[in-house]
Amino acid sequence: MVLLVGLLLTGGLYAAFSPAQADSATAADEELIQEGRELFLVGCAFCHGQNGEGVLTQGGSQYGPALTDVGAAAVDFQVGTGRMPMAQPGSQAPRKEVVYSDAEIEALAAFVDSLGTGPAIPDEELYSTEGMDEDELEELVVRGGQIFLANCTACHNFEGSGGAMPRGGYAPKIRGVDSKHIYEAMLTGPQSMDTFSDGNIPPEDKKAVIAYLNTLDEQPGYGGFSFGSLGPVSEGITAWLIGLGVPVAFAIWIAAHTTRSSKKKDEAQA
Amino acid sequence: MTDVHDHDTAAVPAVPDPIADPGLPEHQWRPTDVDDKAEKRAERQVASFFGLSALFTVLFLVSYFALDVEDDWTIVAGFGASTMALGTCLGLALMFIGIGVIHWSRKLMADHEIVEMRHPARSSDEDREASLAALSTGGAESGIGRRPLIRNSMLGAVGLLGLPAVVMLRDLGPLPGDALEHTIWGQGGKTVDGTTVPLMRVARDAIGTPILASDLEIGDLVNAQPEVLFNPERYLVDPEDVEGINLQVHKSKASLILLRMDPADIKPGRTADGGSRENWSVNGIVAYSKICTHVGCPISLNERTTHHLLCPCHQSTFDLADSGKVVFGPAGRPLPQLPLAVDDEGYLVAQSDFDEPVGPSFWERDYYDRF
Repeated sequence: MVLLVGLLLTGGLYAAFSPAQADSATAADEELIQEGRELFLVGCAFCHGQNGEGVLTQGGSQYGPALTDVGAAAVDFQVGTGRMPMAQPGSQAPRKEVVYSDAEIEALAAFVDSLGTGPAIPDEELYSTEGMDEDELEELVVRGGQIFLANCTACHNFEGSGGAMPRGGYAPKIRGVDSKHIYEAMLTGPQSMDTFSDGNIPPEDKKAVIAYLNTLDEQPGYGGFSFGSLGPVSEGITAWLIGLGVPVAFAIWIAAHTTRSSKKKDEAQA
Repeated sequence: MTDVHDHDTAAVPAVPDPIADPGLPEHQWRPTDVDDKAEKRAERQVASFFGLSALFTVLFLVSYFALDVEDDWTIVAGFGASTMALGTCLGLALMFIGIGVIHWSRKLMADHEIVEMRHPARSSDEDREASLAALSTGGAESGIGRRPLIRNSMLGAVGLLGLPAVVMLRDLGPLPGDALEHTIWGQGGKTVDGTTVPLMRVARDAIGTPILASDLEIGDLVNAQPEVLFNPERYLVDPEDVEGINLQVHKSKASLILLRMDPADIKPGRTADGGSRENWSVNGIVAYSKICTHVGCPISLNERTTHHLLCPCHQSTFDLADSGKVVFGPAGRPLPQLPLAVDDEGYLVAQSDFDEPVGPSFWERDYYDRF
């Protein structure tokens, strides 16, 4: 409630005192940006500053980082996957239910994009494999797999299941994520992730990685439980706790009780 | 009793054995010991367990021949018919033998309570004397004390037998020579048959294209390799030298982490001759060996915001803005840094090879302080 009042207050003050922005954009764009700014002032400015300049904590680290050069792609990813607005400050912004509607996200992205430079929301043709014939697609998937293994598996696991990072952070699971969001994540480097700009991994190779990721869920799983495909950690825990624990508990149980009779043994029998 | 506890002793009555030894409680028999019917029933149960075990052994044999490993990968909860049937049957066959034996011993085998007294572990004096006497008799009869020639030659012969074991260690593989000190990055700038090899370009791993310094934005991380692995002719290298096992050997030493950060974040370290590493980076682009200095795992878990590179094997963490300094974990040395430059066409190149061996420590390696 205090947060809401604070947000409204800062938003209201900003609206009252801010000078009108001069922009060369068309009237429709201008309207969208204005709409985005109003949303931004209510939902984002508390942490990211009223002009997206970022807010520092008392310790000097970023409370909410500056958004002046993150571009529309970052907004579309962060808000479109529900990571922003964050429920509370922390080492990781978890994926959660999306708060804003598509139109609102578009307006927010337009506003943040107008603050400075940064990548735009990628066109669908950059990541869509529609219309490719089977051979082309297979070639693309194989290439994408190699690039994925070289660049992504270290943090996101060999099957894209994610993994732990220092100080409470983690690299999220990236299977079953929208192709657009994967593309935007590579472009913008959400949270602690490095960026993979178009100069780093060219757009056609990004498409290959996405094509590969989209085939991961179709792979048949051979050889029993996958335990989240997290590798030795989850398999080890299962082997130690269940694989050894159950036999030990069974052995203790089987040796713990023997039924005894209150009857005396007939002396003649003994 | 010590003085400290004197006041406690007063509370203990000076009566010998104040509480009578209650002895052992009377033995309680099991139902199977006192009831013939229970005994018969237990006997049948044990036999049934063994019978079940036999049944599962037969089922194992049947499923081995009846189910095809190739077929039905996904049936039985996705485990595959053959694997599931073989594992379950053999497991249960073994388990029922175990359960049968336990049940037998607990229900039917003799139910005595046994007291086993503890004895000293030391042999009796007579046994010890007899052993010593036998030993000295043997010594005297063999004459080992009187014949030093025999004794010494025998000791020499036995001792020398250790040498073949040491010499055979040599067969473990070819000697490494100076291969640990150099990587294929050093091929750039060499002179081969009178021709100078161009400086080695940095190429994207898996993609294989060289990287323009202007390609990268702040925050970019590139998993990189020397371009010679993709384009050996340009560096006057026989293509066979970068194929198959050779390719793996080169990759295991030359793999690179390339990072572009804000130039203001970089704290340049010192070089081996005490100079500065200021000119080792290009516009905030720095390059470090990807091979952890602890036990040699490839590392690329980087945090863009902190420039900390985390090794997934044992959590060694290196600060890539500070000459690869170890900030956490078991690694003993910082990550080796590759000095970068830009060639005429604007591509990133290595000025030279790494100036120290990459990967885990070994006895003869040198180390210099870079901070």
